[in-house]
Amino acid sequence: MVEVSPAPLRLVVDDERALRPRPGASVPVVESEAQLRSLLRGLAGVDAVGAEARAAKLATRSLKRETKRAAIDLALSMVDLTTLEGADTPGRVASLCAKARRPDPEEPDAPAVAAVCVYPDLVATARAHLAGSDVRVASVATAFPSGRASRAVKLLDVADAVAAGADEVDMVIDRGAFLSGRLGEVFDEVVAVRQACGPAHLKVILEVGELVTYDNVRRASWLAMLAGADFIKTSTGKVAVNATLPATLVMLEAVRDFAESTGRLVGVKAAGGIRTTKEALRYLVVVNETAGSAWLDPALFRFGASSLVNDLLLQRRKQRSGAYARPDRVSVD
Amino acid sequence: MEERPASTLSALEYDPAPESAAVARLRESYGLFIGGAFVEAADGATFETLNPATEEPLARVARAGEADVVTAVAAARRAYDKVWRKTTGAQRSKYLFRIARLIQERSRELAVLESLDNGKPIRESRDIDVPLAAAHFFYYAGWADKLDHAGFGPDPRPLGVAGQIIPWNFPLLMAAWKLAPALAAGNTCVLKPAETTPLSALVLAEILQQAELPDGVVNIVTGDGSTGAALVASALDKVAFTGSTEVGKVIQRRLAGRPTRLTLELGGKGANIVFDDAPIDEVVEGIVDGIFFNQGHVCCAGSRLLVQESVAEEVLRRLRRRVDQLRVGDPLDKNTDVGAINSAAQLEKIRELTAWGEREGATRYTSPCALPERGYWFAPTVFTDVAQTHRIAREEVFGPVLSVLTFRTPDEAVAKANNTTYGLACGVWSEKGSRTLWVAERLRAGVVWANTYNRFDPASPFGGVRESGFGREGGRHGLEAYLDV
Repeated sequence: MVEVSPAPLRLVVDDERALRPRPGASVPVVESEAQLRSLLRGLAGVDAVGAEARAAKLATRSLKRETKRAAIDLALSMVDLTTLEGADTPGRVASLCAKARRPDPEEPDAPAVAAVCVYPDLVATARAHLAGSDVRVASVATAFPSGRASRAVKLLDVADAVAAGADEVDMVIDRGAFLSGRLGEVFDEVVAVRQACGPAHLKVILEVGELVTYDNVRRASWLAMLAGADFIKTSTGKVAVNATLPATLVMLEAVRDFAESTGRLVGVKAAGGIRTTKEALRYLVVVNETAGSAWLDPALFRFGASSLVNDLLLQRRKQRSGAYARPDRVSVD
Repeated sequence: MEERPASTLSALEYDPAPESAAVARLRESYGLFIGGAFVEAADGATFETLNPATEEPLARVARAGEADVVTAVAAARRAYDKVWRKTTGAQRSKYLFRIARLIQERSRELAVLESLDNGKPIRESRDIDVPLAAAHFFYYAGWADKLDHAGFGPDPRPLGVAGQIIPWNFPLLMAAWKLAPALAAGNTCVLKPAETTPLSALVLAEILQQAELPDGVVNIVTGDGSTGAALVASALDKVAFTGSTEVGKVIQRRLAGRPTRLTLELGGKGANIVFDDAPIDEVVEGIVDGIFFNQGHVCCAGSRLLVQESVAEEVLRRLRRRVDQLRVGDPLDKNTDVGAINSAAQLEKIRELTAWGEREGATRYTSPCALPERGYWFAPTVFTDVAQTHRIAREEVFGPVLSVLTFRTPDEAVAKANNTTYGLACGVWSEKGSRTLWVAERLRAGVVWANTYNRFDPASPFGGVRESGFGREGGRHGLEAYLDV
């Protein structure tokens, strides 16, 4: 996985770009659980104090003027507008889809969000209401959020969502298996879901709040990427600790390193608890200064959020008019 | 996703986010602070202090001559005999708490002033220098009425009048490091700030007035090396100096045979040791914090990177990427990572030593960042292929210049780290606690950081061995330097 270059020990090399994959880069083929285990254990550890300090330092960046305007629009275009409640109805999903297509009715140039994220049974509704737009339909699956179901049920759940027209599937890993060291099981499941997804993009939810340590976050990130994830996602939004800046930092380091050593770009989705523009911009700064500008794109970075959109819209208006609009100027969901 | 929305940014180019210079409330001229009042120098002499980022003059400052130093020391002696030695610990504590709170209240002003006068990024003066300065006063405020329990026996006595000479790299913070323990222990002080960075100490003097610290307990004499020499020649009970090893040696010679106590905090050539099992992303941050923090104007800077050969290539590749990201420029911009070099003289010294690095055969890598046209700037620089014999591996550059050496075994790492005349600070990076402790025990340095670098806390003693000086600042140990024990 980590290739040792025979180049002499020096910093002065040609004009190589930091994120160009190294020669001969490819995704290693995982053939056994033992191999996977040694591969994941061979990853460098994460110093929790250092990672948190780095995230806190990046959080002090100050985005002003044009940067701020552009970043707000970028953040808006990266949102997976999400509703994952037992009380979800077709009506609510329809209203969310309208908002996704045109977030600010009074500001038609406000970009549409990236996707609408719903439970599988509402995929068809979302699909219908998003027809003719670029907004994608994402569906959680695999017994979201706990993941506590048999493999067969999980795969049916995925097939159901894909059949209903989901462009993207957000699966959860089996944290119990991961924490008890059954890495092969977790890996196989991601591979199976990947296959069941067909053309749909696969986002793998690590649930960092249950993995607890950053070492686990890094290993789970690599496991998911090796198994074919298109995105790695922090959280379900359903547990006590969801997306955090340091956990996202560690995941961004993982996708960067994975791209460098395999040539494959994997996206990151920060989900749960991101409600304000200020927080969202901090994430974008961390993206920018960790994985790099290639990830400043809805194809490679997403926010899983709902209330964030309204704050982005209010801040967007503030940037343009110089004054804060009343909260009633944006639609409630 | 194939279709890309039009709003996609190619990169997040941060627009300028400058802090307002007006916050510093700069005045045209600043006087000496003697006997509780601001006064002109006896001979009316002044000097100019510059903004190193623009080379524009900031203010004129009184230059203390011998006569002024004598007056200041006399004021401190009088305050010691008549007032300060008779105060209770609780009373001294009250003043120190007041000073700490006033520093917090005026933190924004102090941070901007510090960045203007020193050239350091506002992010550092705002998040590190000023909060730590306040923290030192808070910390020693807590000790002032508990000296009986500091481990120096019952009722330890102060020394008397302390002459304190501080450097330009952390002007306000060094003033706090010197004044807070001295005052807590019951001494009075004459503080001499560095010639290129006198302003924040003079605002601190205003704060002392606001805190109603009795007149003469702290006196501040600004000037150049001759002012410092006059101070060392005065009738003092204690001299505390932070600065170059060269000047430290001169002071020690001058004080030989005199009853004056001395503590010295001098230069360093810190080794940052990276083992192959280290947390690599945090290592890269630690290397950057170790050498590029405060433009490398840090006595304990991790200016020598000792990296295990088996991971050297990977560490350097990542380090290079990170160095390219450092934002060098306007110190008042909140997004600046590396600010201006403090003075033309220091810039010249850095240039000379880096030229030697190339001449002696090391390979130079310099960040491609654009530098402003005016002002004193030096782009972050990393030397590889450095040998222990090279000047850049032996001498303190005191700038944003890292020398990279490699090692194969822990023994070799320790041998190379200790192969210096200095002994201030080292860093050890490993996920293996037993190895970290094994190495730390063998390092000859006053401070050893594990999996971090350039972290400071008022509760933690700081100081060097060998040519990095003697005496400790911070913590309970820091009181010893100002007590007759």
